[in-house]
Amino acid sequence: MLKTFSKGGVHPPGNKLSAGDAIEKLKLPESVFIPLAQHIGSPAAPVVKRGDAIKTGQLIAKSSGFVSANIHSSVSGKVKKVDLSLDSSGYLKQGIFIDVDGDDWIEEIDRSEDLIKEISLDRETIIKKIQEAGIVGLGGATFPTHVKLVPPKGMKADVLLINGVECEPYLTSDHRLMLEKADEILIGTRLMMKALKVEKAVVGIENNKSDAIELFKEKTKEFSDISVVALKVKYPQGGEKQLIKAVTGREVPSGALPVAVGALVSNVGTVFAVYEAVQKNKPLFERVITVTGKALADPANYKVRIGTPTSLLIEAAGGLPADTGKVISGGPMMGVALQSIDVPVTKGTSGILIMREQESKREEAANCIRCSRCVDVCPMSLEPYYLKLVSEKQLFDKAEENRISDCIECGSCSFNCPSNIPLLDFIRFGKVTVGQIVRSRKK
Amino acid sequence: MSITIIYTIATLSIIGTSAAIILYFAAQKFKVKEDPRIDEIEEVLPGANCGACGFAGCRAFAEAAVKAPDLSELYCPVGGNEAMDKIASILGLESVKKDPRVAFIRCNGTSEHRTRTSHYDGIKTCAIAASLYKGETDCQWGCLGYGDCYEACDFDAIEMRPELGIPAIIDDKCVACGACVDACPRDLIELRKKYPKNRKVVIACRNKDKAKVALNACKVACIGCGKCVKECPFDAITMENNLAYIDSDKCKLCRKCVPVCPTGAILEFNFPPRRAKNKDKKELSTAK
Repeated sequence: MLKTFSKGGVHPPGNKLSAGDAIEKLKLPESVFIPLAQHIGSPAAPVVKRGDAIKTGQLIAKSSGFVSANIHSSVSGKVKKVDLSLDSSGYLKQGIFIDVDGDDWIEEIDRSEDLIKEISLDRETIIKKIQEAGIVGLGGATFPTHVKLVPPKGMKADVLLINGVECEPYLTSDHRLMLEKADEILIGTRLMMKALKVEKAVVGIENNKSDAIELFKEKTKEFSDISVVALKVKYPQGGEKQLIKAVTGREVPSGALPVAVGALVSNVGTVFAVYEAVQKNKPLFERVITVTGKALADPANYKVRIGTPTSLLIEAAGGLPADTGKVISGGPMMGVALQSIDVPVTKGTSGILIMREQESKREEAANCIRCSRCVDVCPMSLEPYYLKLVSEKQLFDKAEENRISDCIECGSCSFNCPSNIPLLDFIRFGKVTVGQIVRSRKK
Repeated sequence: MSITIIYTIATLSIIGTSAAIILYFAAQKFKVKEDPRIDEIEEVLPGANCGACGFAGCRAFAEAAVKAPDLSELYCPVGGNEAMDKIASILGLESVKKDPRVAFIRCNGTSEHRTRTSHYDGIKTCAIAASLYKGETDCQWGCLGYGDCYEACDFDAIEMRPELGIPAIIDDKCVACGACVDACPRDLIELRKKYPKNRKVVIACRNKDKAKVALNACKVACIGCGKCVKECPFDAITMENNLAYIDSDKCKLCRKCVPVCPTGAILEFNFPPRRAKNKDKKELSTAK
């Protein structure tokens, strides 16, 4: 019997259209817009100004707080301006515009393909390098990795979980990365284990990626402290708390950090970025992104520079189909619809999904029939129908009492609702507002 | 037979009388002393229970009023000075007069002035739409048009105007309760001083972006050029973050700022038509 998390979960169709396509390098764009807020926490502060000539990999914005991250240039060229532009948040945000004139990397980066196995650095240096490279969680949450690696006082992790689940339909970027960069990921895992001072790491992969599981089982033979677990396919297994439950059986209490139960989760993409940062001195300025959709001519996985306009990715994958209804940043379950395809890709962009007009249409919502299917599928044991109700009526104290802040916004409730009620839309609004209320109370 | 009837009547009379006596003494003993003025004040109040005064309803306001040492902290915007005068005379206190106010939606981004650049498929409330993105047009400051203010208004003082895409306040019905001010997630609605004949001169824009961004999003956006600030003889206009603002308490309705605005962001309402000379000037300046 394969392991999985116990509560809730749904089975959306996989639609992994691009699973067989090797990662290709996307051509350089003519200009990039690199937003300053690509991570959770305070936006980075720009350290370049208009007219500055910069190289690929150069620091262009500095971390501006405890929870914040550095941002590096993904291209070489000239800074056009530091100004507002639309990003995937749907609002105009500050960012750095760069006119590209080539791809001249800073000298410190080791551009060879050689695998560097020896881990010579000590713990502090590893964390410092991760911090300097501006690495954030690439699974989508974009939490700065260096902050995660230093647990709060009195807490200690004993196991590192590597998230190769990729439970979101359509997306294949992590899958391809695992197939093509398995050695690097395992060394990256070792680096993170050293930084965290843990003795054990487990790579969790869902059973629909059997080639990746076999490859990792083969490769981990020389890494005795890293094991591979095949997991039963179920959404949202890639959620931090769900993965911990599935692999270790431990349950993270409401409102607590995963480290409270001694576990820490990191996405394979992040681990690969850690390898590159520590062993190759390469800051995080490119990532693998899946461009997919049923109407798209050529769904593919691209290695893309941060700041590239989404339109360039779509063009490379065969152009925007005529009957496009929505362009989504992320996957179909958790992604957000983009307002414009000029929006740049950021550190948190895992995929671009093109939905046909018909697929993207919402069914008209009917009344709640009290069937409790949303309660059945909620992986956080919440009552989505009730949270929706109190969010809609703006009864935020009731929402808080009923743990609205625990919602991981996986969308299982909306997916499973027979009345097509957009439960998550209401809950997300309630969660955001409750979050603001809680923060203002602390001040 | 007849004796049974007499007994019955006698027993019932005794029970009735003794119950009445007990109830009389209980009522004396547990009497709730309530200021009779509360009822009087409640009678004067509009009875809308809208909460504009900051209390849970008209009764709560009346209870607070009889306890208050003076009326400086209390004001019923719906009843206005008239109601407050009556309350003051009931309480024997000095009445506090306030200028009547009226709500105004500071956005003129109708479908004619702002082009739609995306289609919103989510839940049609302003609060949720604003938590998700900047809206169907390129202006991230302006009216979303899903009518949270309309829903909040207890006095039918807001009309939705679907053909224009933004609602409007009906001045004569608005009681300045402020429910719409709280409902608007974009903070567009403001309570302004009410002038005779509902006349007003206002900047119908909240766009704090730079001129180019603002104009790209909306043809009638305030671009922060500052011409109106220089023109105003009463220092009623201030400029902050690329956005001009007319203080309705300082404004003397001279209308000098209206023709100088290059984008037409300053609107005048309910004035008689300008004289020909001024009108030409205005057309010239808006044509630029």
